[in-house]
Amino acid sequence: MRPGAATFSAMSATVPVRQGLFTDTDPPHLLGGRCAACGHHHFPHHDICPYCASEDTEPAELSAMGRLWAWTAVTHAPPGYKGEVPYGFGVIELPEGLRVITRLTEPDPAKLHFDQSMHMVTEVLHVDDEGRPVVGYAFAPVEVP
Amino acid sequence: MSDVEVAGVGLHPFGRFEGVSISDMGVTAVRGALREAGVGKGGFQAAFCGTAYGGVATGHKVLGALGMTGMPIVDVEAGCASGAAALMLGSKAIGAGQYDTVVVFGVEKMPRGIIRSSFFEPWQEEAGLAATPAYFGLRAQRFMQTSGVTKDHLAAVVVKNRRHGAHNPDAMYRSDVEAADVLASRVVCEPLHLWMLCSPNEGAAAVVLRRADKGTSARHGAAVQLDSAVLRSHLPGAVLSESTPMAGLTDDTLPTPTTLAATAAYEEAGLGPRDIDVVECQDTDAARELMSYEELGLCAAGGAAEMLDAGVTSVGGRLPVNPSGGLLSKGEPLGASALGQVVELVHQLRGEAGARQVHGARVGLAHTVGRGANAGVVILRR
Repeated sequence: MRPGAATFSAMSATVPVRQGLFTDTDPPHLLGGRCAACGHHHFPHHDICPYCASEDTEPAELSAMGRLWAWTAVTHAPPGYKGEVPYGFGVIELPEGLRVITRLTEPDPAKLHFDQSMHMVTEVLHVDDEGRPVVGYAFAPVEVP
Repeated sequence: MSDVEVAGVGLHPFGRFEGVSISDMGVTAVRGALREAGVGKGGFQAAFCGTAYGGVATGHKVLGALGMTGMPIVDVEAGCASGAAALMLGSKAIGAGQYDTVVVFGVEKMPRGIIRSSFFEPWQEEAGLAATPAYFGLRAQRFMQTSGVTKDHLAAVVVKNRRHGAHNPDAMYRSDVEAADVLASRVVCEPLHLWMLCSPNEGAAAVVLRRADKGTSARHGAAVQLDSAVLRSHLPGAVLSESTPMAGLTDDTLPTPTTLAATAAYEEAGLGPRDIDVVECQDTDAARELMSYEELGLCAAGGAAEMLDAGVTSVGGRLPVNPSGGLLSKGEPLGASALGQVVELVHQLRGEAGARQVHGARVGLAHTVGRGANAGVVILRR
């Protein structure tokens, strides 16, 4: 885990970048939803299924583990972003049949490979005007012992 | 839809123009198109203006500066396909008998740097998820993984389009480049290097559409028909769709917005990919052009690299793609880019494209795709 990465529960007085995206448990989980009509999961959670338009959806915690499906690195700060660059950026395939766009803790694309095991973490994006760390979600490579 | 013809086209070059307003550029393009069509004040019944960053009533400002208002002026935003959306509305209105003659134009004056899009929520920007080139990079990586396309192919697309653009006086970049220099430019988002990405910039393009039975323009013997102008959005589900969802399904069988638009456009025109002689397609980045070969049905899945390598898509090949130099040479003023393609194809079909002329071209296809998702496909025929 690189500097700046920390679990949400271990931090005090942090604020999530948006409410309802992930749990503050250890390990953390993304908060998605599942549609009772079509059975598909989605993320973030919506009251209306983005895939079949059913209104019969319910919140669902998503798996903390997934596999790397695509990745790159962001080398220049995009609009509205106050944190550091470079940072990893990619797509994680979760067992629920869902592919999630996410930050990656590994900013060097050469150190990642297709189908790599990854787990969800939270990380500090930046410190806000009131001095509180703002926390978002990311995926990190599973360390091989 | 062969009852609509392009009576005139006009362009303000694409580039960076300090001190020139978006209205100034629009006036240049619209005036040029009206002059070619022999249409003056009172000679058209509606106007459709594509722009993404122009703000409120951009089309009104352009036509106001020309002293030509009073008719309906519809401002249209559809991301990179804004001009195609405007063209669809204008041409269908003629086809439906609502108007005889309309002006369709696109204008843009983009901010510099990575495009800021109000499409993203503030939290997405704060989390660094509004990194537009990173989505291009991810899409390119997946495409390379499944298609046999390499970084050398991406560089070859840039070399091809810049070679074409060297002959286009209205392009932003008008010099040849070497593949080694493309690969030596800095990495923006792996696998994409700086020179593999188009530059957001400024410009304007305009066309006058007219019901075909109103007679062809006096100036141009070769009348160009608008056979189809189609706009489509994305189907939900694909994680790397231009709709930029935060998640998608593990389903690789969904047709892309480009394929949806192309399929409808071919049907509307009564043509297929084999009938096309020249293409202007969305080369936002070098990989995007190669993806478009497949999505437009110009080659089979997995055939883009071979098509490029064989020179098929170079001027002089069987099916030249982006003879104008593409967005990689012209830059991309969002609202104007789709109509810039149409202006290029009209010149090609009339045989007026000079050193970049595709000889004998009779049918041209223009393609744009971007945020929304929005995909536009336009087919023109002489």
